[in-house]
Amino acid sequence: MDGKSITAGPLIPVRREYRPRPDLFRAACWVAAVFTIALLGFIIGQILFKAWPAISKFGFGFLTGIQWSPNRDLFGVLPVLIGTVASSAIAILIALPLGLAIALFLSENFLPMPIRQSVRFVVELLASIPSVVYGLWGIFIVVPLVQEYGAILSAKLGFLPFLAGPAYGNSLLTASLVLALMILPTITAISRNALIAVPPTLREASYALGATRWETILGVILPTAAPGIVASTILGLGRAMGETMAIAMLIGNSQRLTWSILSPSNTLSALLANQFAEAEGIQVSALMYAAALLVVMTLGVNTAGEMVLRRAQRTVVGLK
Amino acid sequence: MNLRASAPKNFFTLHGKGTPPIRLIRNGALTTLCIALSLLTLVPLFSIIMLVVKNGFPLLSFSLFTQLPPPPGLEEGGFGNAIIGTFLMVGIALLLAVPIGILAAIYITEYAPASRVSVAVRFVAKLLTGVPSIICGVFAFAVVVMTTRQFSALAGGIALSILILPTILLTAEQALLGVPNAYREASFGLGATPLQTIFRIVVPDAMPAIMTGVMLAVARAAGETAPVLFTALFSQNWIHSIMEPTASLSALIYNFSTLPYAYQVKMAWSASLILVALVTISNVCTQLFFSPKHR
Repeated sequence: MDGKSITAGPLIPVRREYRPRPDLFRAACWVAAVFTIALLGFIIGQILFKAWPAISKFGFGFLTGIQWSPNRDLFGVLPVLIGTVASSAIAILIALPLGLAIALFLSENFLPMPIRQSVRFVVELLASIPSVVYGLWGIFIVVPLVQEYGAILSAKLGFLPFLAGPAYGNSLLTASLVLALMILPTITAISRNALIAVPPTLREASYALGATRWETILGVILPTAAPGIVASTILGLGRAMGETMAIAMLIGNSQRLTWSILSPSNTLSALLANQFAEAEGIQVSALMYAAALLVVMTLGVNTAGEMVLRRAQRTVVGLK
Repeated sequence: MNLRASAPKNFFTLHGKGTPPIRLIRNGALTTLCIALSLLTLVPLFSIIMLVVKNGFPLLSFSLFTQLPPPPGLEEGGFGNAIIGTFLMVGIALLLAVPIGILAAIYITEYAPASRVSVAVRFVAKLLTGVPSIICGVFAFAVVVMTTRQFSALAGGIALSILILPTILLTAEQALLGVPNAYREASFGLGATPLQTIFRIVVPDAMPAIMTGVMLAVARAAGETAPVLFTALFSQNWIHSIMEPTASLSALIYNFSTLPYAYQVKMAWSASLILVALVTISNVCTQLFFSPKHR
């Protein structure tokens, strides 16, 4: 450091009054932020607006009607609603035990780290495969399997209403099986986070009392992580309800009301995917109504899931 | 994830001499069950990968990328227009969603982290991630297709942009949060304005992580079918403008998978192979080139 640069005082211009200019970049950022908030409202508003003719025409009867025949202007979505709920519920029933097992496998040290890492990688890979590819795979693998074993099942256990024949390949069960695979990564990731967040002191205390590993898991770790696991189930349900392409390719797209999981069914999202391109007049409006129902259902489920998750995270933080 | 030394190391945890055998048997059985269930899930994944490679590979050739889809019954041609359509629509989506997402993320982390707007943005972005992809398509149909009375690449791109906006926003937020506060303080301490701090210090430091989010968004948008299904529809021809029906790889898979022609089904498998490869490559590239610095 030489003294010259410091003493170069006279070169500094005469002090002017500092006036902050308006920060245009900040304004741009604000606009982007507000746009994001407005977007959700705009989406819901537009869908409701375009659905209004159908809402005013069919009203509540839309939800309870069991006919969907565009050429007779009859629109009812009860079978589709039931299909949506049933396919997601069955998918959860299959995916929850599997997802929980993987989450435990990843968070416990049963096997060495490299193996666990590769299993984790594989599960993440499942999440990145596009929905249509699941659909294509389902058409060639799951449909024949369900057709073959479904026929055996309905022949043996056909007296149960939900296994009644005839068994179809493109059925509710097929869609649910593939759906379970698709929501597995969601359930696994959130459950795993919940399990890892359990304070190690609880585990140590349990071992110190002489509990075996599984007595610790079932008695201490799972109950502590339960809110997070519940959240993972709810968020998985939200994803399952919105999944479209694989289901549209596999579920058989039938609006007939049946009890059997071996017969074709339909979901809200598959209905939209199949009919929008060719819809005209009031049918577009009716489909918008169905889309609005789907938005309400998924937003409701996802908000509930997020709230449970937030609560779960707070509880575990409190334990430490 | 730090499993402490207190967790038993051995496979079936035969620790404690006084533990009754029934408890140890139950313990071992449950461990076996858990491992078996976990490995069971690998079966469908390998089945998918095997099938996509086995059925998609035979048809792969140069003409697949340069020719148009054949009319039903003919056994020649490719899906060059679908590849271009996919890239075009993903490009439109990025053009719309990347600036908005990153600017909004800068607002909620740098300018007003605790403001009511920021809290609302975080909440809405979370909700938007939960909006089914088909709803993005329905919205673009209502806003673009019904106004222009035309299925178009633009409508498909807008639908995809809504789909990826929350991904970009939330990952960019995480990226910006990962920049140590000391950097900002040092910058302000040297007399930099907020704008200079953001452009010279914060964003350059967060860039790799922001790019990770963008690449994830690209991978997601390329694979999604539902938003483009009835917004861009499909086309047998090369694309001339963004205001006409446009083919995409994912819509091609959906349309061709149920056709009764063997050649079209094979094309659907090849398109799947390309799509899965595209998604996997962009995911792997992300991890290789933009691995997060702050961990």
